[in-house]
Amino acid sequence: MKKNIIAYFEDTVARFPEHVAVADAETEYTYAALQKTAKAVATGLSKQGIFKKPVAIFMKRSAHMPAAILSVLYSGNFYVILDYESPLARIEKILNTLQPAAILYEAEYLEEVKAFSGTIPVFQFEAAAQEDCNEAMLAAVAEKTTSEDPAYALFTSGSTGVPKGALLTNLNVVSYIHWFTKAFSIDENTVFGSQTSLYFSMSVSDFYASLFTGATYTMIPKAYFAFPAKLISFMNERKIDTIYWVPSALGIVAKFNLFKYCLPKYLKRVLFAGEVMPVKYLNYWRQYLPDALYANLFGPTETTDICAYYVVNREFAETESVPIGVACDNCDLFLIDADGKDVTESGVGELYVRSPFVAKGYYGNDEKTKEAFVQNPLHNFYPETVYKTGDLARKNTFGEFEYIGRKDFQIKHLGYRIEPSEIETMLNTVPGVELTVCVYDAESDNLLLAYEADENKDAALNEAAEKLLPHYMRPTYFYKFEAFPKNANGKIDRKEIKKIILENK
Amino acid sequence: MEKIYEILAKIIPNADFKNATDLVDSKILTSLNIAKLVAMLNKEFDIEITPLHLLPENFNSVESIWALVQELDEE
Repeated sequence: MKKNIIAYFEDTVARFPEHVAVADAETEYTYAALQKTAKAVATGLSKQGIFKKPVAIFMKRSAHMPAAILSVLYSGNFYVILDYESPLARIEKILNTLQPAAILYEAEYLEEVKAFSGTIPVFQFEAAAQEDCNEAMLAAVAEKTTSEDPAYALFTSGSTGVPKGALLTNLNVVSYIHWFTKAFSIDENTVFGSQTSLYFSMSVSDFYASLFTGATYTMIPKAYFAFPAKLISFMNERKIDTIYWVPSALGIVAKFNLFKYCLPKYLKRVLFAGEVMPVKYLNYWRQYLPDALYANLFGPTETTDICAYYVVNREFAETESVPIGVACDNCDLFLIDADGKDVTESGVGELYVRSPFVAKGYYGNDEKTKEAFVQNPLHNFYPETVYKTGDLARKNTFGEFEYIGRKDFQIKHLGYRIEPSEIETMLNTVPGVELTVCVYDAESDNLLLAYEADENKDAALNEAAEKLLPHYMRPTYFYKFEAFPKNANGKIDRKEIKKIILENK
Repeated sequence: MEKIYEILAKIIPNADFKNATDLVDSKILTSLNIAKLVAMLNKEFDIEITPLHLLPENFNSVESIWALVQELDEE
């Protein structure tokens, strides 16, 4: 085993210098070119004498971004990618927690960066990439680094409105990618078609799996998911054989019935994560591409990306949900009930993770770290930190984990404990209804159902609820949406849906 | 073209779509509402906008949407 990300990357560069490492619609870098640019920028960062410090990256999603990421790692620091489309107030909150030692930015964002950089030193990527590399300086940095050094922090929204930065080490990434590349047989011939932004934990899988094996990481332009005329032809042009998308993105293909017109010719693996996979979308994909491998991946940012996975091996009816499967190799999952006891058999419990994939904690946030990264509740013989996911799960008759929902989403209504996901799965089957989201209004003690459809389906949904659900799980009010709002990662924004409903009540 | 105004008024009621030439580029029409717009155009004009027509340049202005509808209507 090599000690860190850079060591694996250098090994890949030596083996496949002329392979395309990263590409977007306009630009591409070979492994050799990526290394050259990364080392040039790293030299500039290292000259500042910073080591093991946070470096913020303010660039758009393009083939240049991976060079910026690697430059920070070559300099022995860790990176945080700021979303260039996110509001200034959120960026300021992140910077407040992070206190970065430098900001790496793209020339076109000079004005934006000036608005928040203050006294933080700033580096223009394009200029830094032209500098000469100081090999001796970078070699000295490499000697000081360890597997335990942070690689990046990823900020997720915290319940209090202050973003939390999960801090992941080189060891986390190395351990996790070892599992990912083995589980899905990723090698130098793999061509990924990436949908997710690099500030989102899902991108860790396809991005680092590429750097560790010599595969090609192709960034599909975001616009292709809104105007999908070119989506499939782009995938064919680039010979994309593996995708790892959020279910909402796979759903766009089904909604527009894209496969009626054109099929992805090279696609072998269809992986998804980030939200519950609606069975109707999965069945659409399987109908057109029956020979591809489909896998449902599950995990929080705090376990690098994934802790459980299910390779689809049977048919699913629309009233069923796709399981999250079994623990990844080098990962142990267990369920703990409300009394802090181990759940055996088929009971529901909170999912805990024990693995080298588990993050160090939240950067600069001791309080939140202690809430989620805790001593293993099953013993006290030696310090063993495990991660409390806040997700509820149970085991099905196949011995696979099934996702129930977020612990915080669980509703107490009429004395019953209710999982919104259960209501949604049943009501998603109503013809003409694309998707449903169930929220709870504590003030009026009512279940509210938002649904996506072209026409009003209140009556049909009400009828289905009476037929399929016990009385305490039937929504009181129904709200039609032409399309559900999505967050920056392309996932359905449940909070925003609830806000819209309550505002229009 | 009046019918297109009516449809857009339902989908993007707060936008000044009559004079806009960058409905897509300025993110007024997005993945959230484009599917709905296509469904309404298909129904209203009895045409079939296929995914192959789903290019940003076809939706940037009322004129370009109208041109697309006319082109498909002739087929």
